Amino acid sequence: MRTPRQTTVIASVLLVICLGGSVLLLRAMAGLGTQSPLEEVLYISSPHALKRMSLGYEALLADVYWTRAVQYFGSKHHAGARDFRLLAPLLEITTRLDPKLLVAYQYGGNFLAPQPPEGAGMPQAAIDLIEQGIRNSPDDWHLYYQLGFVYYMDLHDYERAAEAFSRGAAVPNAHPYLKLLAAQAAEHAGDLPTARLLWTTTFESTTDKSIRANAAAHLRALEVDEEVSALESVIARYRQATGHAPVSFSDLEKAGMLRGTPRDPLGRPYKLVAGERVELASPDDFPFVNKGTPPGYIPPAAPKILPTD
Amino acid sequence: MNTRIGLIAANTFREAVRDRVLYNLIAFALLMSGAAILVGQISISIERLVVVNLGLTAVSLFGIVIAIFIGIGLVSKEIDRRTLYTVLSRPVRRWEFIVGKFLGLAGTLVVNTVFMAIGVFGALVYVSHRLQASDGWLLVALYFIVLQFLIITALALLFSSFSSPLLSAVFAFSLFVIGTFAEDLRGFAGLTSGAVRWLATGAAYLVPNFSALNVISSVAHEQGVPAQLILYNTAYALLYTTMAVCGAVLIFERRNLK
Repeated sequence: MRTPRQTTVIASVLLVICLGGSVLLLRAMAGLGTQSPLEEVLYISSPHALKRMSLGYEALLADVYWTRAVQYFGSKHHAGARDFRLLAPLLEITTRLDPKLLVAYQYGGNFLAPQPPEGAGMPQAAIDLIEQGIRNSPDDWHLYYQLGFVYYMDLHDYERAAEAFSRGAAVPNAHPYLKLLAAQAAEHAGDLPTARLLWTTTFESTTDKSIRANAAAHLRALEVDEEVSALESVIARYRQATGHAPVSFSDLEKAGMLRGTPRDPLGRPYKLVAGERVELASPDDFPFVNKGTPPGYIPPAAPKILPTD
Repeated sequence: MNTRIGLIAANTFREAVRDRVLYNLIAFALLMSGAAILVGQISISIERLVVVNLGLTAVSLFGIVIAIFIGIGLVSKEIDRRTLYTVLSRPVRRWEFIVGKFLGLAGTLVVNTVFMAIGVFGALVYVSHRLQASDGWLLVALYFIVLQFLIITALALLFSSFSSPLLSAVFAFSLFVIGTFAEDLRGFAGLTSGAVRWLATGAAYLVPNFSALNVISSVAHEQGVPAQLILYNTAYALLYTTMAVCGAVLIFERRNLK
């Protein structure tokens, strides 16, 4: 006959062993890769059915679906995926469950519009989503800004971008930059100052760290593009004046065409290659740049976004 | 208040506390603190919304579960333990017993809600670092949730006055589900005609309307609640609760307890 104490000890040890064993088994099963990835499945795709099933608690369900959309996009984006087929349905469910969830329209548009791997490459879905947000919250200037942003940056439809910014500028308490953006989008379609103003507005108007970091990365990229263009035109002038290519930036300094060694926005010196090309010391730190990369450079699948703080 | 009703209510409250009903507060505290910390890391810009939505949903669901599962046992447990005969052999009227039981459970739920509300506001301060004027609307949402509890408690008591605990739980929960669709039911009634229309309209007005008592989504988005709605909801909940408690009293008065 066992004493109660013995029974307790035996049962406790068995419990721990079984728990440890089941954890090990689950890990082993995960390693087999037989389970289909859960994120690729939308068991209930109808927002109306989900709303009914929520028994009046649809606001919480909307938060769950928004978090699921963020996780879906984040994990795929991190893996450098090019297929985001569930993103639009997840955002639709989220915004049907809670039509006032502004973040889903704002950031959802950001996720949907850019081309892969930066985004899902679905600018029209982004436009539809943001327009739906505007119908539900017509007094929020962020949505018009986001709409104009997608038209400008992703669809290069400058006329519609200017129209969206104008509509936003008419909203009470709109960001003062919207009026300026409307004018610039109409007059200076596709130029660097307008792009800089767009990203500056994004940087200044968001409190989310990841969005700020993304905007800062774009602003740095614009700065690099501008600096590399300027430096390459200085090199061209030097060649024209001297008849030969500069060996280093100090040649340009000696010629009075440059003051000091030029540095990128992160403080690292630019490289002068073959007397004609200006390259970044570490191009991986500057996602979204169009200039300053070596020939044949392939950027990392997932852009390296440096924190702003 | 009638002293006997007060004593029965106080005893019901003590019994609920002894049944470890308030232990749900620990689960609630863990849920709120876990959500407040976790959501900031896995989602974007909805920390405050999640605290409000999850907090108020949890307050509502925990309370409804407690109201149903304690409410259905209020009468049957007393009969099973034969304590009801001891109570009724004293100068206690049957209606006083029912009203006392109702008030005791309602009081338990109010105390429970007060503690949970403190938790919700605490989590809100944690994620937002301050409270703002619009957070005051959360108190209205919490008040509406308490009104929901009153209705559900009265319904659970009504069913437990004539049915078994299991069936009472099924009936009460079914009415809660149907009550969330009360406005749809009225809409469907409008699509029919003749006797069906009358029946459907009657059913739509008979089931409790919980959809008007749910303003969680609005207050989460810092939208106010019209004073008229507060007034109508208060009057409606009191009328419906009184109606259900009266039904319970009528049935219990005629019930053969031998």
